[in-house]
Amino acid sequence: MNRYFKTIRLFWSTAFASQLEYQLNFLIELLAMLGTLLGSVFILSLFFTGGRQLGDWTWESALVIQGVYTFLDGLTNALLRPNLTEIVNYVREGTLDYVLLKPIDSQFWLSVKKFSFAGLPEIILGLYIVFWAAIKSGTSFSFYSLSVFIISLSIGFVILYSVWFLIAASSIWFVKTWNATEVLRALLAAGRYPISAYPVILRFIFTLVLPVAFLTTFPAEAILGELKFNILFFGIILSSLFFIFSRFFWKFALKHYTSASS
Amino acid sequence: MKIFGLSFKVIKTLLTTQYAYMLEYRIEIALWALSGVLPFIMFSLWSENDVGNTFGLNDIGLARYFLSAFLVRQFSVVWVVFSFEEDSLSGRLSPYLLQPLHPLLRYVAAHLAEQATRLPFALAIAITFFFLNPSSFWLPSLPQLFLAYLSTHLAFSIAFLLQSLVAALCFWTEKSSALERLIFVPYLFLSGLLVPLSAFPSNVLKIAMLTPFPYLINFPAKILSGMPVDIFNGFLAQVLWILILGPSVNILWKLGVKRYTAMGA
Repeated sequence: MNRYFKTIRLFWSTAFASQLEYQLNFLIELLAMLGTLLGSVFILSLFFTGGRQLGDWTWESALVIQGVYTFLDGLTNALLRPNLTEIVNYVREGTLDYVLLKPIDSQFWLSVKKFSFAGLPEIILGLYIVFWAAIKSGTSFSFYSLSVFIISLSIGFVILYSVWFLIAASSIWFVKTWNATEVLRALLAAGRYPISAYPVILRFIFTLVLPVAFLTTFPAEAILGELKFNILFFGIILSSLFFIFSRFFWKFALKHYTSASS
Repeated sequence: MKIFGLSFKVIKTLLTTQYAYMLEYRIEIALWALSGVLPFIMFSLWSENDVGNTFGLNDIGLARYFLSAFLVRQFSVVWVVFSFEEDSLSGRLSPYLLQPLHPLLRYVAAHLAEQATRLPFALAIAITFFFLNPSSFWLPSLPQLFLAYLSTHLAFSIAFLLQSLVAALCFWTEKSSALERLIFVPYLFLSGLLVPLSAFPSNVLKIAMLTPFPYLINFPAKILSGMPVDIFNGFLAQVLWILILGPSVNILWKLGVKRYTAMGA
């Protein structure tokens, strides 16, 4: 276990050093993030014109969802995208061989190798919005609600990671999966809005098939103190299943891996 | 007769080779077509929450608008900056620059060929949409279709020139695709991909109309869906933006080529 923490520390300190070279990128990411947030809040505000609500959510509580989305988007930009979009290159160039030979779990190695620090402001800002909007909507935090929030956020992240990893791992067979991640990104954008605002069919799909609801709506309900316990329980089981499946799928994919260059 | 200094034979060869090339990537292109579902997600929110009424838009009109926005986006997607960056960094640009064909025209041909490959997938998605929302079915009249076709092409031209402007910055910086993100953000929110622009508050709308973005989705989509729209001024603005962006790209490109150091060669 200690070895894994040590590896992460080494990976991320090298990543930090190498990214200092591209400071302009950091600035661009920051501007793009602020612009995206501003635009999303503006679009969201259109749903509330004339004093209406969005699927029983008030303006402030809907902002909590935007915060959770921003937080997860930051994690995606910092961790998931830089690492998981690389897998296809390892497969294409045959360098996956070297990863598999290392005395460390290959899924772990591939998932944490890089860390893009440009995603960090988004992560922090996302959390800030969550707490700011939750206070605005008159929530008082308790130890219990904060723990439920952290658990449900972890559930969301594990599901998000597993789905990303599943698509990335399929690059063992199909070399071009870049477009599949674009489809995923487009569908996940549905998580900017509360799940109850969608038609029934989509609600079903976004809860059980592609569990967008567990990514943003349920963590937001958790911090607002409205999350039902059985949903939390179900989320723990569902995210575990997703994670176990991603590991199983990776093992299965590796059986089909025929190195490219050797 | 020549177009951009190219004979018909050259144009035909360019387009057919690029089309053959694109046909190899059918699955990728189908997935890419599918990744444009955002207008449909927005439509489901609008109709479920009955938001349209606030802005004087009924459900059928909205369904048509969002489907049109989807279709216009399908045929005005531009990715030139990514191709160009890759070619520039890998040194593939050097032989392109030596040929008596402007490299940007090669990318134009690639985009047009990709649009042709995309057509059946986009239509399949549109038909699925009609199955799910049968009441929204409509066939635009021929003049409507023609004007929508024309304005979508102009929208594509604006988007292409805008991104070429960023791509030309590749001559100065290694990572100009990062700059593309800065164009994509206002594009996403001001183009009308997420909401018809008529729902914007008037002061935001005024600012948006000063940018090229509303003419990329909102204007063609309104023509196609049959919403009331100022056709004359819309086309005028589209042409104006092309007249502004075209020469700018040309100048920046010429300046850039002088600096070109042939990386990787």
